[in-house]
Amino acid sequence: MQLESSERTSPMSEPTETALVRLEDVHLSFGQTQVLKGIDLTVNRGDAVSIIGPSGSGKSTILRCINALVQPQSGQITVGGTRVDQLTRETERIALRKRVGIVFQQYNLFPHLTVLDNIVLAPTRILGAERRATEVFARELLEKVRLSDKAKAYPGELSGGQQQRVAIARALAMKPELVLFDEVTSALDPETVGEVLWVIRDLIREGMTSILVTHEMRFAEEISDTVVFTENGRVVASGTPEQIFRGSDNSRIRQFVGGLSGGRSAARNGDALPDPMP
Amino acid sequence: MRTQIQQPRTGSRILRNGAFVALPLVVLLSAVADPTLGRELLQWVPYLASGFMMNVVIALSAMTLGTVIGALFGMLSLAPFRLVRYPVAAYVQLFRNAPHLVLIFATTYIFPFEIVIYGTYLPFPDWVKAVIGLAIPASAYVAEITRGAILSIPTTQWEAAKGLGFSHGQALRWIILPQCLRRSLPPWMNVLASITMGTALASLVGVHELLHAATDASTAVRRLDFTIIAYLVVMAAFFTLCYPISRLTRRMEGRFHAA
Repeated sequence: MQLESSERTSPMSEPTETALVRLEDVHLSFGQTQVLKGIDLTVNRGDAVSIIGPSGSGKSTILRCINALVQPQSGQITVGGTRVDQLTRETERIALRKRVGIVFQQYNLFPHLTVLDNIVLAPTRILGAERRATEVFARELLEKVRLSDKAKAYPGELSGGQQQRVAIARALAMKPELVLFDEVTSALDPETVGEVLWVIRDLIREGMTSILVTHEMRFAEEISDTVVFTENGRVVASGTPEQIFRGSDNSRIRQFVGGLSGGRSAARNGDALPDPMP
Repeated sequence: MRTQIQQPRTGSRILRNGAFVALPLVVLLSAVADPTLGRELLQWVPYLASGFMMNVVIALSAMTLGTVIGALFGMLSLAPFRLVRYPVAAYVQLFRNAPHLVLIFATTYIFPFEIVIYGTYLPFPDWVKAVIGLAIPASAYVAEITRGAILSIPTTQWEAAKGLGFSHGQALRWIILPQCLRRSLPPWMNVLASITMGTALASLVGVHELLHAATDASTAVRRLDFTIIAYLVVMAAFFTLCYPISRLTRRMEGRFHAA
């Protein structure tokens, strides 16, 4: 693990056949503001990669580049053989987004639809899946996120943590190859963070390729194959959780990691995370 | 707490709904008090009723037409192309700020009284022109309502839809517009009430509707007391049609605010 992103030689940056996502020297600016200043990132199929770093370091923007919600000015982005940076037509971007699920900080459920309809809408309307089979699958997903009894509820009737778990189920309903988690616990109150992390951990253990932008340091340490530390639009360091959280010789990272995991409630995302719903 | 709020409410409800009873009661009492007046009134009731049917037909037709065009224009007013957006915005601003009567006069005297299609003469009756005259402002109002409703949906809903692979059109159809429907129903009902009341303006261009019928009747009978009763009947009829709409709107507004 080295400090200069251009000279990084972490195991993840080696191009391998199993790489599902690869970003190379991605630059992006909104107007005069440079947000990404040369991001390199490799995510292997089946891996979980956490992106950590201070606010405003461009973490969420990286995710939005990967599913083509924003277009970088330069650099290469490859997702499963698709050159995302070269997509010019909206139909191509839509085809990509069907393969890449995203879960947002604010859940963004559709308030006019029941939980079940929230999950079923995209597969039936845009993949043309058969309604009944999709409902069966949706109920399986609800069971997976432990909300079987909420199928007929409306998002407004659910707690934040429950809504976020529905949002995860909604993303999974499209059977994505990759799921992007954009600070999915940042808007939740501490009691409900655990139940969401629990679901994500399950998912990662099942081998779902995941990229997480997160402030939950203990959780990132526990579930990640690779942790990427970004600051000011650059990858400062990337490596195994052990390397980043325990063995970093970078004082900035040590300060950031130490400040967060020490200052916040360790119990709520601690190693011995209790099953929230036995 | 709850009863405290409800106490004045029941009082005002009786007062408000009183108009439902009071107007017909005045008509009925005066008809009974003076049997000659009652007989005249009874004679004219079918004529007045046929006029009122015309008000209902004009109102419903104008609102149907206005809603279809207005909803379409509301969506077009947010189109990414200036060439589409500007003319629509001009249409909306122009007709939203035009008096209904002016538009009814304009459509009545601009359109011909019959249209020739492949040699056959189709009549173009005045009531249809009145429908168009009222559908124009209705469409402008509905366009504004639609535009406002679409803009009121948080952009995160668009983002969530996009993230799932919805195209712009699909997101509009399945996610944005269904949410707009709920939000725009109360203001839409306001337009409905206003257009319904506006149908009386059609009497000024000779459409046989309720107000016109009442004027006919009072001219024919030439009795002051009958004239008063005839116009009371007109008011009662419009009240019966419009008041439930405005009450329902209030209730829905309350419910949507709570939701």
